[in-house]
Amino acid sequence: MYFFQAIYTIWRREIIRYIRDRARIFSTFLQPLMFLAIFGLGLRSTLAQGNFGIDFIKFMYPGIIAMSVMGIAFFSTVSTVWDREFGFLKEILVAPVPRVAIVIGKISGAMTIASTQALILLVLAPFIGVSIHILTIVELFLFFLVLSFAISSLGLLIASLMKTTESFGVVMQVLIFPMFFLSGAFFPLTSIPGWLSVISRINPLTYGVDAARQILLGPQTPAAVLQKLSLYPIHIDILALAIFSLIVVSAAVWAFNRRD
Amino acid sequence: MNVIEVKNLTKKYKNLTAVNNVSFDVRQGEIFGFLGPNGAGKSTTISMLATLISPTSGTAFINGFNINSQRDDVRKSIGLVFQDPSLDDRLTARENLCFHAQLYRIPKSQCDPRVEAVLKLVDLWERRDSIVRTFSGGMKRRLEIARGLIHQPKVLFLDEPTLGLDPQTRFNIWEYILKLKRESEMTIFMTTHYMNEAEYCDRIAIIDHGQIVALDTPANLKKMIGGDIISLASADKEKLKAELQERYQKEIKEEDGVLKIEVTDGQKFLPQLFNDMTTKIDSIELREPTLEDVFLRLTGHQIRKEEASEKDLMRRQARRRGGH
Repeated sequence: MYFFQAIYTIWRREIIRYIRDRARIFSTFLQPLMFLAIFGLGLRSTLAQGNFGIDFIKFMYPGIIAMSVMGIAFFSTVSTVWDREFGFLKEILVAPVPRVAIVIGKISGAMTIASTQALILLVLAPFIGVSIHILTIVELFLFFLVLSFAISSLGLLIASLMKTTESFGVVMQVLIFPMFFLSGAFFPLTSIPGWLSVISRINPLTYGVDAARQILLGPQTPAAVLQKLSLYPIHIDILALAIFSLIVVSAAVWAFNRRD
Repeated sequence: MNVIEVKNLTKKYKNLTAVNNVSFDVRQGEIFGFLGPNGAGKSTTISMLATLISPTSGTAFINGFNINSQRDDVRKSIGLVFQDPSLDDRLTARENLCFHAQLYRIPKSQCDPRVEAVLKLVDLWERRDSIVRTFSGGMKRRLEIARGLIHQPKVLFLDEPTLGLDPQTRFNIWEYILKLKRESEMTIFMTTHYMNEAEYCDRIAIIDHGQIVALDTPANLKKMIGGDIISLASADKEKLKAELQERYQKEIKEEDGVLKIEVTDGQKFLPQLFNDMTTKIDSIELREPTLEDVFLRLTGHQIRKEEASEKDLMRRQARRRGGH
């Protein structure tokens, strides 16, 4: 029981800090609106005629949400680097708390913030012409919780290895672009060269985009078309994300346990 | 009863031995001071005792628990006030304390009264709902001390509790620490490089280059010096030095152009000195020995003043930056 209370305590602090930071709240709402403007008004007019057999916006939308989730999840885990820089991490590390609880509490904080952003984007979908059934929104939201957790875990692992905010920022910059472009968000991964394909398979975002697209398009697209665009069945995607999370969380716990 | 027992504790980094085979005991209820210059190994020792870093070899027992194998029990037994600020300055004073209380498994029913008690102890109860960012350096320090007390630890570690604070605030912090000692049976383990603050301790370990060079009460340590210290200034320093040496067969130290001798009874010695000396003396000062003198005697150097103040300055800036 204490284990969960510790997770809750750590999580609650992350959320309080988030709510007190007006700039972050503001950007949580602004970023989706920006995406909507860019993709809804800009790209739509030029790219709407894809050769996928489906509307390009519908094809892209899960990827856009996934990207936005990734950005927020990564950014939220920077709090661990701040804690280290400003000394608060010592206060946490010297407490009689299992390191696993610290790690999961931190990840849950980032997950909460990232999936809130996903929810906003899902609710706003009709405004750029992507119609989603209310039940599908619920399904997608649940799935984005899983994806947010996986991405936040990766963010936290990196954060726990970094000493300064600057180095964290640099590593994130280097990671974000390949992760996004090799996730299948922009183009289907069914026809890329072998070595790129290998990289894309260790990218958690690939499974995120793949499953989110199937959940979103499933009810409104012919199965044959969808099949051509997808890599794995949804449950395999979720399994892959779960395994990814497990490995990365273990590594993060190890990193927290290091006492040099 | 010994609440801390340290046995051959050693911490080595690549090409530096930060703490070298240190052993000592701390008794229940005393204020135990670690006195030494920056870089002497004080904070490294505290970090090992607090389970934040692992010793290279050796071990220690806190409240009977082994710092290597019973970390969680050790963590429950100690409270810590770190050298650098470690508050969440986006949270209020009360939120910081509640966060801490929850991590230390304090039941909900006890949480509020304890938070109130510790905040009142450090005179911050009025500011309980203010965001910590708005606090002064001294207030933050007090809040950190309050936080270290909330889970009623057996030992409170204070790592340079007054570093970077102005003299008035330093004095206040000490009032709180002494009040704590009077009102509870808490053991306090502190480090400092301020000699005058070490005087408050029941016992002091003097540490230099990772090793303990002396451990005793401040009074006993000062007795090592063997009496009073007389400082003499003269235009003809060399001649005076030679004359003193010849007449009294004592070691004469020279520091900042002033000659120093240690004598058993300074008040009786002074008239005698005036009669004996033929060299003109410009000024003379008689004082009782301080821990600074003890340190100088034991280590052959002063607590590195310049270095300390430079680091203080950095710390002070870091504190200010604490308002991120």
